[in-house]
Amino acid sequence: MKAWDAIIIGGGHNGLVNACYLQRAGLDVLVVEKNDWVGGAATSRELTPGFLYSNCSYVCSLFRPEIMRDLDLPRFGLQVISYEGGAVFRRDGDYLANYRDHDAHRREFARFSKRDAEAYDRYSRDVTRQCRFIQPLLMRTAPDPTSLRPRDLGELLYLGKKFAGLSAEEMALTLRFWTMSISEFLDEYFETDVIKANFALSGIIGTALGPMSPGTAYVLLHHYMGEVDGSVGAWGYARGGMGAVTKALAASFKASGGTIRTSAEVDHVLVNRGKAKGVVLAGGEEIYGKLVVSNADVKRTFLKLVEEKELPDIFLRRVKNFKIRGSSGKVNIALDSLPEFPALPKDSPVYRGDMHFTDSIERMERAYDDWKAGRWSADPFLDMVIPTTLDPTMAPPGKHFMSCFVQYAPPKVNGREWTDADRDGFAESVIAQIAEYSPGFRDRIVHMEVRTPREIEAEVGLTEGNIFQGELTFDQLLFNRPVPGYAQYRSPLGGLYMCGSSTHPGGGVMGAPGRNAAAEILRDLAKSTSHMSPAHDVI
Amino acid sequence: MAQATRKKPVATTANAAVSARTLAQTHFRTLRLGTPFQPRLDALAKTQDWYNWAGYRAPHSLWDEELEYFAIRSQAALFDISPMTKYRIEGPDAEAFLDRVTLRDVTKLRPGRVHYTAWCDDEGFVLDDGTLFRLSPTRFRLCSQERHLPWLLDSALGFDVTVEEETEAVAGLALQGPTSFAVLRDAGFTGVEKLKIFDLAEFPHDGGTVIISRTGFTGDLGYELFVPADKALSLWDRLMTAGELRGIRAIGYTALNRARLEAGLIVANADFTTAEHAIRADRLRMPDEIGLGFMIDLEKAHFNGRRAILEARTRRRLRHVLVGLEIEGNIPAEHAIVYYKKSQEVGLVSAAMWSPMAKRNIAIASLARPYGDTVVEDLWVEIYAMRELQYQKLMKRAKVVARPFIKLDRRTANPPADF
Repeated sequence: MKAWDAIIIGGGHNGLVNACYLQRAGLDVLVVEKNDWVGGAATSRELTPGFLYSNCSYVCSLFRPEIMRDLDLPRFGLQVISYEGGAVFRRDGDYLANYRDHDAHRREFARFSKRDAEAYDRYSRDVTRQCRFIQPLLMRTAPDPTSLRPRDLGELLYLGKKFAGLSAEEMALTLRFWTMSISEFLDEYFETDVIKANFALSGIIGTALGPMSPGTAYVLLHHYMGEVDGSVGAWGYARGGMGAVTKALAASFKASGGTIRTSAEVDHVLVNRGKAKGVVLAGGEEIYGKLVVSNADVKRTFLKLVEEKELPDIFLRRVKNFKIRGSSGKVNIALDSLPEFPALPKDSPVYRGDMHFTDSIERMERAYDDWKAGRWSADPFLDMVIPTTLDPTMAPPGKHFMSCFVQYAPPKVNGREWTDADRDGFAESVIAQIAEYSPGFRDRIVHMEVRTPREIEAEVGLTEGNIFQGELTFDQLLFNRPVPGYAQYRSPLGGLYMCGSSTHPGGGVMGAPGRNAAAEILRDLAKSTSHMSPAHDVI
Repeated sequence: MAQATRKKPVATTANAAVSARTLAQTHFRTLRLGTPFQPRLDALAKTQDWYNWAGYRAPHSLWDEELEYFAIRSQAALFDISPMTKYRIEGPDAEAFLDRVTLRDVTKLRPGRVHYTAWCDDEGFVLDDGTLFRLSPTRFRLCSQERHLPWLLDSALGFDVTVEEETEAVAGLALQGPTSFAVLRDAGFTGVEKLKIFDLAEFPHDGGTVIISRTGFTGDLGYELFVPADKALSLWDRLMTAGELRGIRAIGYTALNRARLEAGLIVANADFTTAEHAIRADRLRMPDEIGLGFMIDLEKAHFNGRRAILEARTRRRLRHVLVGLEIEGNIPAEHAIVYYKKSQEVGLVSAAMWSPMAKRNIAIASLARPYGDTVVEDLWVEIYAMRELQYQKLMKRAKVVARPFIKLDRRTANPPADF
């Protein structure tokens, strides 16, 4: 019976990145994917004829350019296009726009507050400084602070040196940034509700926290530390939808000799004497591998795919307590024409950016209150984009695909499972909100896909539908991600590794966990990592 | 549906504030604003060579950047300074407030006077430099390169003072050059001859007033004029008409930049990085590190950054120094690296040119102390001169010299001469 050098469970972007790097190091690698397509949460699916849906992740910034280059992804079709700005619509009929042009941006803020307009430079300086501190950490394995191994000591020293390189003021800011609420952080710079709401949204997207919860300032940073071709903090659309990322990865993987099996759901990991030996598919088929890498989140991996008895108690308890709470859903819509927003001038670049309807932090927090009570938000927070305004490949000319990321959606409704009626109610809360600002919106809808945490977990496999495979709170970052002692992509079982977003440096379509895991695996196999570019210099 | 969707009507009756705000939405269609003088600039812009000055469409040159420079030194040059950031600072505590915010002693700045000053954050790092105009005992105008409204407002806590940004409301012109006084006199600004250097006064213009100060950025005889935006064009026309026989020409920034370098003046975010824009902590500069130490008045009342500046001085923690350089030869050393003994990198040239007035190759450079401070011998600059797709690499000796590089008697002569 054939034994693969490595079996990757799950063909999400991190699984594929991991597979690509291992295959290119000379290993014989198999990716097993339960769906009959690859992509995980980075997919483009034609759910209605002529329309491609980025039906999970929908915008791109975090995906590391070093990986794109190493794996030759442009040759396999990956293109990322920066988008133009965005807006928060206000209830008084006005809006606050974000413009790429620095001076237009300032003038826009000055419509609401001259002070805030001029505060933006200081804000962006401070955020940029923090991004520059974190960026180089993304492509490194987090050190184990309890270990005396030279490598860990070296990495700790690196971290310490980087931290010591900060001024006293920056150090204070760093610690505050990693622990504060986004609401309090923004209070230090701005006075206007809508301007604070405009920035605060990056602090809540994907997390089961409200803008007033400690820890959300870091979530903002997590959304800012990406780039589009050197423009740090910029976001873009993957041409052809987010599936273009995983399509290119899959093609690159196959071109280097790798094998992908779709419709192959793993039932459990084969374990023999504390060592992973392969996987057993849902149909009972056994596939053997010298090592197994799980792209699934840490809970799914160790609570569903591995038998409890194989794992140490403390590890197991920590995995059970790992925070991976469902907080968001998606409504993906095919439109037969571009929606109109009477508040927006017809030639506004905002149509080509991200749009929002939550014009105060208080409304965001109220939306979160509903989540705490076990309900979806009656007045939800939406991150809405129409990628077809820039990407001609996703819908026929004149038609549009709209992606609405929706927060908050609880993993369970009032303590029970979601029902189809709940899902429809959730969708209605979204459509109703858009229609208030865009008359006739409902009539443009050709087709709609609604995904609550239930659908996301069932299809993508993300526990509770948490898009980050675990909260990005400070207690779950760096050498504590996913759990203390296992932050270096290894697990208590020999030959079983983790490569998903549950690991450092966390979620978003970044690819860094998959890449870093590959580096650790190759280190264990004493194989070269010369095909892996180090992180680009931050100068 | 298990849950009702809460209704939240979008307001339909917009009040006056909202409609004013909504009217301003269309700014996104004009990324580079015109200044109040734009119709006149557009008519003269033969080169169509524009750049972005703080969101305004400003000319690099209008007709010939070299000849525009000579207009400054030989006749009178008119330069639009409207994009400069302007704050109106007013109130019983305005003097005390500005004395607290800025480096120089504002209590010594009499009404009708102007001084060049700078201001620092609490760490003593320079936020910007600029000019402070004392319009009355309780009213000031602060002009600067960058924007500082949050800083000024936060610093105003506890002072009876209002701070208002007035960049768009006030148009500004610099009229510089040997015939600039004659132009103003011929234009009918009676009494302008009384203005000594750094004096200002109000003059009637077009049913309103214009504030004229004997200030400028050229090291030459010159004036700056501030006028409400709606009187801008009539002021321009008045000057151009009066100046016709005195060789008045409108100019762009390239020419002005040459004149300012000869005058040894520095430009924020060209010769140093302002504190609120410095991403890299080691780019921050104290006044003593950019040649502005002369502004620091330790005898005056407390001012922002005082403690840090004093500490850096006593503990000798000043790491940089900004110097004037005279470089052998005639090839401009713009952005050249400065070496000690031709090998050790000690600094960077931030501005450089061949000076037509001094007939010398001049530069402003920032050096790491002690170089440029106590060690001034054996300094060199490495010039990469691109000539027809090849770098001609030159290692040229640099001598630390005092600024300004040129000194013109006409700048301060009283009464000012006709040319």
